[in-house]
Amino acid sequence: MSIKERQNEVIDEFAMFDDWMDKYEYIISLGKELPLIDEGKKVEKNIIKGCQSRVWLDAQLIDGKVRFTADSDAIITKGIISLMIRVLDDSSPEEIVNEDLYFIDEIGLKEHLSPTRSNGLVSMVKQMKMYALAFQTQLKNG
Amino acid sequence: MQTITQKFNVEEVRKDFPILQREVNGKRLVYLDNGATAQKPQSVIDSLNNYYTQENANIHRGVHTLSQEATSAYEEARVQMREFLNAQHTEEIIFTKGTTDGINLVASSFGRFNLKEGDEILITAMEHHSNIVPWQMICEEKGAKLKVAPINDQGELILDELYDLITERTKLVAIVHISNTLGTVNPVKEIIAKAHEKGAKVLVDGAQSAPHMQVDVRDLDADFYVFSMHKVFGPTGVGILYGKKEILESLPPYQGGGDMIKTVTFEKTTYNELPHKFEAGTPNIADGIATKAALDYLQQFSWDEIHNHEMELLEYATKRLKTIEGLRIIGEAKEKASVISFVIDGVHAYDLGVLVDKMGVAVRTGHHCTQPLMERFGILGTVRASFAFYNTKEEIDVLVNAIERAKNMLI
Repeated sequence: MSIKERQNEVIDEFAMFDDWMDKYEYIISLGKELPLIDEGKKVEKNIIKGCQSRVWLDAQLIDGKVRFTADSDAIITKGIISLMIRVLDDSSPEEIVNEDLYFIDEIGLKEHLSPTRSNGLVSMVKQMKMYALAFQTQLKNG
Repeated sequence: MQTITQKFNVEEVRKDFPILQREVNGKRLVYLDNGATAQKPQSVIDSLNNYYTQENANIHRGVHTLSQEATSAYEEARVQMREFLNAQHTEEIIFTKGTTDGINLVASSFGRFNLKEGDEILITAMEHHSNIVPWQMICEEKGAKLKVAPINDQGELILDELYDLITERTKLVAIVHISNTLGTVNPVKEIIAKAHEKGAKVLVDGAQSAPHMQVDVRDLDADFYVFSMHKVFGPTGVGILYGKKEILESLPPYQGGGDMIKTVTFEKTTYNELPHKFEAGTPNIADGIATKAALDYLQQFSWDEIHNHEMELLEYATKRLKTIEGLRIIGEAKEKASVISFVIDGVHAYDLGVLVDKMGVAVRTGHHCTQPLMERFGILGTVRASFAFYNTKEEIDVLVNAIERAKNMLI
């Protein structure tokens, strides 16, 4: 599935929620799921510090696809990370670099990606793109 | 100044603050982030509007009517601030951009002038980053030492240890009057007396105290007292630095430019007198003038009325919050202002802040610009509810219910 298709799938899912409670309960349930990253990877090198919550992000290039794992100490942040990974994980570096991320806006969670929130999410999205860019260069040169 | 004290009635007071009538996320706003900034009464908003519609002119230099009117209004605000703080001289009142700016001014002018290698600055473990970093910077520049006085588990200064840390090398003690995170009210008068015995000057960070209590700089015998007007129901972008006249006169200017000079030649500039020596450039005229409106507004009430109401809120909120299972209050000093920080087992402050906002409640979450203090308590952040005199017990009920609901969603 392309990144675009996955984004549209998430948007369709969120269209079913009537109010903020349902929406956040869903995000929280995603956040409560098993860790999205190996404990061993929750190291200083992988940390993205926000003022409000911390995010850990790791990326590997496996068979030409970028595999992301990430985590956060805040559940809502983690729930949104889980959506982000669902949309971007297992895609080619090129697609990740080029694709616009519009689903967060569409599902009404834009406020969480505001730099003023300082929850580490904005930097995480930037970092995901940076990893993809680095892998893209690596593939070209390799 | 003669003030006419009217009977304090919170419902009447709330009508003076238009923003308190608005809704957030479909709910009536419950604003409990007064430690970050306070809301403004209509009279302050009107003052700003009136300045731009009727008075706008540059001050201190025009001979025309508008400039003279604006200058008078600006200088009247200074006079009123002198009265508000019970300072001896009007020129001891310096307009700044805010608390941070005031501290940086003192760190730069006082620090550069007085600090030598091996000298010491003493701060405390509960300081805001604004009262840490400027001192770190000047200490590094001058080869001076920054010392930190410890606190106990209740969030109170350990005074004996603080006094032991004041030595003959201590040039300045910089201390917060009321902790923005813990609400602790520090015994600054006593600390100032002890510091003076050793010959150290004292700067008091009054960012959280100015909105909640009478500040009498002469009674405290403070050498410097700084705060921001936006937390005192006034406009953003303007703050106050009080400094004793003889100290301010002895210090070099902070910034160079217009307004702070007497004469300028390419060889030598002579500086203007106080307070203008420390107010380079066109000041924040509109907000400076509106400062007077904020003080006028506050001075309708007595500090006792405000204090009693806020203490009732603090007591009620403390009692109600403690009924929430797993909630722990951070900062349980005997002397406390209407600020409550807390953590809940298994709940991240960010998550709680996001969810209660959806229910119309504005609280602060995170480290509150006091990271060393968070480290002292072994936590990453707290949720903080900070009350002003326009808050009510009903709002505390809304807060407590919102926390319970959010907690149930998160755990």
